[in-house]
Amino acid sequence: MRPFDYSRAADADTACTAACAPDAAFIAGGTNLIDLMKLEVLAPSALIDIGHLGLDQIEEQGDDLRIGATLTNAELAADHRVRRRWPVLSRALLAGASGQLRNKATTGGNLLQRTRCPYFYDTDTACNKRNPGTGCSAIGGEQRNHAILGTSEDCIALHASDMAVALRALDAKVEVRTAGGSQRRIDLADLYRLPGDTPHIETCLAPGDLITAVHLPAARGDRQQYRKVRDRASYAFALVSVAAVVGMKNGRIDHIALAFGGLGTLPWRDPDIEALLTGEVPRTALFERAADTLMRDAEPQDGTAFKVALGKRVLKAVLTEVTA
Amino acid sequence: MKLSFSVNGTPRTLDLDPRVTLLDALREHLQLTGSKKGCDHGQCGACTVIVGGRRINACLSLAMMHEGDEITTVEGLSGEGLSVLQQAFIEHDGFQCGYCTPGQLCSAQAMLDEVAEGWPSHVTEDLNAPAQLTQAELAERMSGNLCRCSCYPGINAAILQAAGTKAADPA
Repeated sequence: MRPFDYSRAADADTACTAACAPDAAFIAGGTNLIDLMKLEVLAPSALIDIGHLGLDQIEEQGDDLRIGATLTNAELAADHRVRRRWPVLSRALLAGASGQLRNKATTGGNLLQRTRCPYFYDTDTACNKRNPGTGCSAIGGEQRNHAILGTSEDCIALHASDMAVALRALDAKVEVRTAGGSQRRIDLADLYRLPGDTPHIETCLAPGDLITAVHLPAARGDRQQYRKVRDRASYAFALVSVAAVVGMKNGRIDHIALAFGGLGTLPWRDPDIEALLTGEVPRTALFERAADTLMRDAEPQDGTAFKVALGKRVLKAVLTEVTA
Repeated sequence: MKLSFSVNGTPRTLDLDPRVTLLDALREHLQLTGSKKGCDHGQCGACTVIVGGRRINACLSLAMMHEGDEITTVEGLSGEGLSVLQQAFIEHDGFQCGYCTPGQLCSAQAMLDEVAEGWPSHVTEDLNAPAQLTQAELAERMSGNLCRCSCYPGINAAILQAAGTKAADPA
């Protein structure tokens, strides 16, 4: 691990100002960051510990929930309100990582976790995300846990979060505090950037921007499901996952939100699929069209070709179950 | 940098490089070598310790992040004699080489508290019902601890005995 300055921020203002230093980074749970620092994939000049700022609270705001950025994934998954009213979020969290990691990993950190592309982790290989301009070793290399949607000629790295997939289906927003002290709220959809020719820039956050909370609006559907398919039964990243939030009315799909993990360079959502399904009577032919729509722009590699069929099957299974 | 925390009930103060992980602080600076370094990347669970009542991977945490924390390692699980869980591991042969055992013990101890608090898991059918410690629940909840000798039957039996629970679905 490369040397760095460690400081424990006294308040959010100090933290944001300190994080404006070149190559400085916030640390909360650290489960991903410390791993990457050990491998020297990342070598921040300074770590600003935000674990003691009191950002670990969860509060009701009318029918909505405000989730503090440093609340652990375990506490969030176990929260009684989340379990009752946003079960897809509990399910997604519980499907990810291990008990030990969920006790440490935080809401904000989970959103900003880095890809698990093996070439990103291997500093002896070319990687446009780790070292811009060097090329992508995954394209033409070994692929499995890679994206087939939202990819570019420069990067096929997958977004690894389960939690973020559920949050996208739930229309979550992210509260951000800037180094100037101002606050803004952005749609989770707008937090992430497609890789394009700058895969090293993953979010719209500027230096010193601190995620302070996630805002969770009341769920629009009472039928919720998170289905995750992976290489082993527990403690593995998704090959494909689907988060579904559905409301039915008179035998028709009144509202539907679908988000996907294991497929995209960011937590994936496709409004065309939802438009296709909304107002319709659930039926197999309709679900087939939804699955085809999901994959219409898929660009698999040899090692990820299986994800096209798998993704379609998982989506159809989820739609069948959640609308029944 | 100066750091003060409590380990197994004893206040400790250390002067450490910020790069030192909690695991290395325990093993190399406090000579508490019960916690083991397996993968050093949070994948095997051999380094599991209990911080503030919750199990974590000590290898993926910087010691500096634990100012003021209360830490329990495997050395702190027993009192006058072995804990109920430790005794059960012996009775059920819950180990072979023993390298993963300190992590298994700390993880299981804190996992039983999570169950007692009603925390659901990935395999819990009803998120809002009280948690039952079935074989499937045990496998899911302990998936962050690997045993390369594959002593899982013994480990599971030991944990179930300690929990005073009979498996609802013998696997």
